[in-house]
Order: sequence, then structure tokens, then C-alpha cells
Amino acid sequence: MIIGLDVGGTYADAVLLGPEGLINFVKVSTDPSDLFTTVLTGLEKVTQGIDPLQIQRLVLSTTLSTNAIVQKQMPPVGMIVSGGPGVDARLYRTNDHYCVVGGSIDHRGREIEPVNAGEIRKIAETFKKEGLARVGVVGKFSVRNPSHELKIAEILGDRFEKVFLGHRVSGNLNFPRRIATAFLNAAVYPIHKNFFEAVKKSLEKKGLNVPIHILKADGGTMRFDSSMDFPGQTILSGPAASVMGAIAFASPETESLVLDIGGTTTDMAVLLNQVPLLNPLGITLDCHKTLIRSLETHSIGLGGDSAVRVKDGRIVIGPDRMGPAMAYGGSTPTPTDALFVLGKTSNGDREKAVQGIESVAGALGMDPEQAACRIFDAACTQILSEAREMIRRINSKPVYTVRELWEGTCVKPTEMLILGGPAQYFAEHFREISDYQVRVVPHWGVANAVGAALARTTCEVALLVDTEQGIATAPEEGISERVGRNFSRDDALQKAFELLRKKALEKGADPEELEMEVIEDLQFNMVQGFYTTGKNIRVKVQVQPGLIRGFSQGVQHAASQA
Amino acid sequence: MLQARHKTGLVFFPAFDWAISPTHPEREERLLYTQDQVFEEGLFDIEGIQEFKPELVEELDVKRVHFCVPSVGRVMTESHFISAGGAKTIARAVMEKKVERGFALVRPPGHHAMRVVHGARGFCNVNIEAIMIEYLRKAYGIDKVAIVDTDCHHGDGTQDIYWHDPDTLFISMHQDGRTLYPGSGFVQEMGGPTAVGTTLNIPLPPQTSEEGFLYAIENVVLPVLQDFKPDIIINSAGQDNHFTDPITNMNFSAQGYAQLTSLLKPDIAVLEGGYSIEGALPYVNVGIILAMAGLDYTYVKEPNYDPESIRQTAQVTRRIESVCDQVMDVWKHRESLRKKAMTGKDLENRTRHIFYDTDQIVENQFETLRVCPDCSGVLKIDSSSDRGREIMAVHIPRKACPRCVELGYQWYETAKKGRYGQVFLQDRPRDLYLES
Repeated sequence: MIIGLDVGGTYADAVLLGPEGLINFVKVSTDPSDLFTTVLTGLEKVTQGIDPLQIQRLVLSTTLSTNAIVQKQMPPVGMIVSGGPGVDARLYRTNDHYCVVGGSIDHRGREIEPVNAGEIRKIAETFKKEGLARVGVVGKFSVRNPSHELKIAEILGDRFEKVFLGHRVSGNLNFPRRIATAFLNAAVYPIHKNFFEAVKKSLEKKGLNVPIHILKADGGTMRFDSSMDFPGQTILSGPAASVMGAIAFASPETESLVLDIGGTTTDMAVLLNQVPLLNPLGITLDCHKTLIRSLETHSIGLGGDSAVRVKDGRIVIGPDRMGPAMAYGGSTPTPTDALFVLGKTSNGDREKAVQGIESVAGALGMDPEQAACRIFDAACTQILSEAREMIRRINSKPVYTVRELWEGTCVKPTEMLILGGPAQYFAEHFREISDYQVRVVPHWGVANAVGAALARTTCEVALLVDTEQGIATAPEEGISERVGRNFSRDDALQKAFELLRKKALEKGADPEELEMEVIEDLQFNMVQGFYTTGKNIRVKVQVQPGLIRGFSQGVQHAASQA
Repeated sequence: MLQARHKTGLVFFPAFDWAISPTHPEREERLLYTQDQVFEEGLFDIEGIQEFKPELVEELDVKRVHFCVPSVGRVMTESHFISAGGAKTIARAVMEKKVERGFALVRPPGHHAMRVVHGARGFCNVNIEAIMIEYLRKAYGIDKVAIVDTDCHHGDGTQDIYWHDPDTLFISMHQDGRTLYPGSGFVQEMGGPTAVGTTLNIPLPPQTSEEGFLYAIENVVLPVLQDFKPDIIINSAGQDNHFTDPITNMNFSAQGYAQLTSLLKPDIAVLEGGYSIEGALPYVNVGIILAMAGLDYTYVKEPNYDPESIRQTAQVTRRIESVCDQVMDVWKHRESLRKKAMTGKDLENRTRHIFYDTDQIVENQFETLRVCPDCSGVLKIDSSSDRGREIMAVHIPRKACPRCVELGYQWYETAKKGRYGQVFLQDRPRDLYLES
């Protein structure tokens, strides 16, 4: 049996899955000031009466890091940043203790200016005096040549609790994002560490001695211990959990749109043949643009509790939420109240809902029933139009080869999977006003926890080979090796897959479930004068997000019988 | 948080799978390190800098500008449809006010492509700026256009296309044609009789450095632009004046390019040449993008940049000052020069031999212009190549008078009965393109 637990802003959901499908699920209120108790309560309840020895794995997804960042409650860290020529690195300041230092590397990974050891030592002393325990070190083009970051780390020595190096957080180019990513990792580290160590200890006390995995924003998992090096990857895992939960019910060979209609927002994502679309760059959270891999999701301020107003004779829904629906004691009419008026929902105060909708109806000059219809239709129409816009954006992402541009591959979802409280009512209306094959995800209330439970371990490896300089580098893996002049693209792919396999197993992947694929494969002739002097080979491989096999079939099967 | 002062659009299309040949300067690798630098600097993340996906240009867009022999499809590769389309995309973004300025960082380039195209010359098949400009005129009613070509090579293709067009100001600053391909672009080349002065050439001596380029911008380009009052300014932004460029002899720098861009304030820049793919392009492009967006570029420097070691000599400075004086002289006297060129003439003939270095084709042209008092005059070109193709091409200009339109159709009909393999007609007023 396996457990998935997803802590959201309002509720924490936990599920217990067996090969036959969903065995148990619980919903407990989230106490934002005590997530630890929230997690333990959820786990306790969902495993009630179960022999701990039967549990094989546990996947956790929390808002812990996300909250710390959004609420700006991060402990201080020291940042050492070396930029060199280009945009002034001081413009990318992330925090108070942010030092721009000398030294630079060019785009080919060649040293332009060495590290100034004295300068680093001085900064280290200052950081120490200021009581900083964690440091981020980031250099421009460190993924082309990490030697400066390594040198700086060496100078810092073991004076600090933990040092986060820019080239280890992502193999992608983007200096400002690398700075932000290293900073966030360093900043949330102690919060993440203390929390999960406490969770682990309490579970062990209860005899629940199972591998703990943590859900990442890309819909994949990583093992508890490897999450200590990349705690930043846990931010925004919540939206990913829901998308992963929908995957079990998506049709194969189809492009699907996933809609999670919540109280405040509706979150959208796209699946291609049951594989979620990834954001090519990384998460943006608050003011931080990062290199943290994530699913391509789009969130709009329109949910069941969004405020409904009339402006210039037209219905406007959201983007804000003024409180719960009037049927549940709120003071502003909402789409949920419209559902009450239409008789689709009844477990609240219908009178209050009618009152709210009457105020809208009055402004529109129609009866409440009509107004409720209009509100509901407007909500659906707006969601559809935002979905179209997201798909348009996905399809207008630039490509850099003639082949890709002429092929013009285009995402065009034909299936819609809906999660969230009012899912079934929305589904009915979407069927009427759109061409989508509309389906409601079974057990949508805990689909996020199901998604967490079933998510497979994901990771990515980028390998860059420069045969002119005779070097192969996989910056994130800390690998830089000499290669011969004849090192080929096939050699590069083979090497990358080897590294990926190793990395995935370290992060807790099941060797039977390594769905590895190539996501970038480029080769360039390097020419000096008029002679070919080498090859520049760039490959990227990944284990794509998806569900672990055994248990997901059970869930699908049970759902199809229900 | 970095925020652009001028909202700037970028089309970045490095064509990573297209080359003229594996070791040709115009090869897959050309924009690889530029991409690395632009990505690493995080320029696309800057608030107010937006990347656009290029569209494919349509055959009609090409036919507005070129007579393609034997056909559009045969002279353009898939990549040309994208680079011309990229320029068009960025121009649309500017016209539709999605952005204030735009830069098409695309390849392959186009400024050596002339009105008649038998193949590739100077790495160019079709003129991507001209295709963009004529599209703008058609779609948005743009009239007066200024093109400032800052590539190190004379923009002879663009010059040819706008030679007879008084509404398009073409200024090319480049390395002296006596020392570099294509061997043209002298001060005396100042446009056809009905358009004298709207073609201006500023040939700069080898080893011109930052001060020389900026002198020409401040003392010729900017005052002329102020007089001409264009609706839109286009920069053919070649980057081969750089001190590390392998096929030219100039001493310009990333700082210089950025300053030039700040001074020129082009509405749209389009990449042309530039083949120092590691030492120059990554830095020059970052400099140009920052300058267009109105951001600080003080720290954009090549690793081996030393302004002292590339400073131009006093002799070079004097030479530049003298050339600039001559060009301003042409500009100031353009009215009288035009009158003189037109007086007493009904038809003006030109014979030219054009060499397509990239495709090794020789073309002979016999061009006839009606020197019209009411418009810029209808034009016909009798063109034959050593590949055995012989064509007649008639161009009725955008603002042609009724007589020129009529004459254009007469020429077209007569030629159809003649010896030509193909006869073309560009009817710009009606946006109609015929062929037989």
C-alpha cells in the first residue's frame, strides 16, 4: 500500500492506495501555523487500522516552502555572485547579504578573470560575523564551467552549514534565474530540513519506517534525503499534485486540458498522451523567476467563491474572493450562489444565496433564475476563453530550428478533465458550449493526494560536449571529463542516459519505471577560419513525469467500475 | 527588477539546422553563442522585453519586392521564408503597438539581394528588410521609410531595390568598396534621376573605430533623418564592423554598437552580417538589445576589449570627416542634382553586370526608366544569366501616374511577344503581380 498526502491552503488530503485502488481517504483542516500537526493528523487518520508494515511508500506535498517565500519569512542567507561583463549583476540582488565579486567565465566556459581568493575570504568572515549559516554561490556561465563556484566553495570551506552552488540547481542558462534559484534553495533549506526531519522521526516512532518521497513542482518525486540538496524544488507542488491526479483518468493518445476549479482560482494544465506539459524555463513565485522545473500551469482568479459584480450592464466575476458564498455566510454573491438558485446545490442557506443573486438580477433587470444562468454561463465562458489563451501561448512559444518551425506542431486538446467542488455542474455546461469531451475526475476531492501518491521520480540531465576543447560537462551532476576528438552525438546520448539512470535511482526511482527520453539533441560544427575544429554537442534527457504503474491501474480500474 | 524603458520586441531565429555549407560563415553555429549569451543574461525575462515566434513570409510578400527567376520557391530556402517572416512579425508587433521597438535577430540575411534574383549573392537570396517594408506599406499605409544600413558591407541589394524610390531614404555606412566586397557604395552613388539624394553612401576607411562610426551617425545620419522625416526608421544591423570579424577590417565594438543604436533609435532593427560568432556577436547583440530597450549597457564588453588598441589614426579620422562632408553636400543639393539629372531626359538606360558570388552566377541587366515628371517612373529590366535564363521584368512604382501605369502594361504585353523565357509585372498601385 502507498500513501499520498497533499497539504493545501485550506485542507490537507491524504489517501491510502492499494493495488486494487483507493482504500481510504481523509480530509483534515490545514492549520497554517502548525503544518507538522496537520501532516501527522492526516497520516494518522488515513492509516487507521492499517498495519504499518504493509505500507511501502509515502509521498508528501506541502505548502511549507511556498508559504515561507510568499510570506517572506525566510531566514537570512549570504549570496556570493560573480557576474563579469554584461548586465550588471548588482541589479539581480535577492536579499540583504548579496555580494558581487570579481572573476568571470565566458560563454564557451573559458576563464576571463580568475577568482579573487582574498575577496572571498573577507566576505566569508563578514557572513560569519553576521551569523549567516547558509550561502549561495552563483557565477555567470557556471554551467559551462563550474570551476569558479567550486573554487569559492573551497575557500568558504566548512565554516557554513550548507553552501548551494548555482551550477547544481539547473543545467539551463539563465544567470538571474540561477541566482534566484540558489537563493531560494538556501533560504528554505532550514525550514524544509527541520520540518521533514521531524515528520520522519515521528513516523519512525509510530513504526512507519518507509521511504519518504517529496513531490516537486514538475509532478515528479524525489527521495527525502536528496530533497535536502534541492528544497526549492518542493515549491508549488500543490498544483502539480492535482494534475498528476487527473492523469490516471486521461485518455491515452489524446491531448487533455485539466481544470481544477477551486474556491478562489481555477488552475489549468495540459496533458499530451497522459504526460503533463512542462514549463520550459521554471517557476515564477512572488517576485522570483527561477530555474525550478515545473508543470506548465495557468491560474486565473475565477472560482466558486469569486465575487460577482455588475459593471456597465455586464457580469464580472473575480478576480478577487471576498469570502465564502452567501449560502455559506458570505456577504458577496458568487457563482456558487448561482448554483443554489439553479437548484444544483442545496447543502447551504438557499435564502441567502437567492438574496445575493437578486441584487445582481436587479442591476441587470432580469429575474434571479435568469441572472443565475447568466452568471454560471459567464464563468464557464471565461474559463474556456482563458484556456484558449493558454493554449495559444503554448503554441506560440518560439522554436529555433527550421524543421520545428515548418512542422508547426500544435497542441489542441480535445478532452477536458475537471476537478473541484462544482466540477459536475461545470462539466454539464462545458459539454453544451464547447467541443471538448468533458469528464469529471473521480474522487476529484482527493485527486491531488492520489496524484502525489502515484507520481514517479523525475529528473533531468544536461550534457554539453565541446570536442574542440575536449571536454564533456554535466554541470548539475558535477561532472567534467576529458573526451576525444571523435566523441560523437551517439556517445553523448549514451553518456547522458547513463548519468540520468544513476541520478534517477539515487533520487528514489524504481529501476523498472525509468521512462527516459531525449528532450534536446543538437550538434554544431565548430569552425575556425574555414576548417572544422570540433563539435559542439548539446543533449538533454529526462525521466518524464508520470504515474508508477502498479497502483495507477488499480485506481483507473476502480474508477471505471464506479 | 529590471524594466525596459522602451518596450522592445525580439524575434530570435538562429536556424540551428540550416547552413549554406558546413564550414561557410553562414552556418548553423552562427548564432549559437549569441543565444547562449542572451539566454544567460536573462534578457527575455526583463519586464518589457518580449520574444515573438516568427511567421512564414508569403509568396505575395516576396513578389512585391522581387522578380524571382525562375520562381519564388526556387530561389528561397525554407529558412528564408522564416527570416523574412521574422522581420515581418517584428514589424507587425511594432505597428500594432504591442512593442515600441523591435529587433529581428534572424538568419539568413538579405541586404545583398537585389530586385531581380537569380540566386544567392553575398550570402543573401531575398531582401528581408525590403520585403518587410513593402508589407508595412501595403498593410499599414506607411509612406516614408528610412533604412540605415550599418553592416560592414555595402547594402547593394537594398540600394538597388530603392534606387528609384524618392520615398525610401537608404543610407549605407560600410567599409570602403575598394577594400571589400561587394566593391560598391561610393559617395557618387546617390540614386536614379527621379530619386537623386535618397540613396546616400558613407564609405569608411579600414580601421575605423568607435569615434568614426559615431561621428558619421551624428554628423550625417541624424541630420539627414531629421530633414527627411521618415514615418519609420529601419536599421540593417550587420555586426561585421567588429574588431574581431574574420572577413572585414574595421575596429568597432559592442559598446560602439550599443551607442550607435541609442543614437539612431531605430523602430526596427534587422540582423544582417557578422561572422565573429564567438568574439563579437554575443556581446554586440546583448548591447543592441539593451540599447533598444533603453537599459544600461555600460558593462557589456568583449573579454579582449581595449579601446586604446583599436583607436583609429588621425589620418582615418580626417578621411571620415571628408567623406561625411561630401555626403552632406549631396544631401543639401539633392533638389538641384535631381533637376539636373531629369532635365531633357525621357528615358534613362543603365547596363549592369551582376555577379552572384555565393551561387557563382553572372547576370547582365539592361534597365530602362521612364524619367517621369509626375511620379518616380515606370521601370523595366531586361535580365539574362549565364544559366541561360532571359527575362523581362516591369515595375510600376507605388505612386505611379496613369501614364506610367499604362506604359508599364504596354511594355509587359510587348515583352510577352518577344524572346523572353519569362515576363514579369509588378503593379504596385494595385498590389498585382503578373507573370507569363
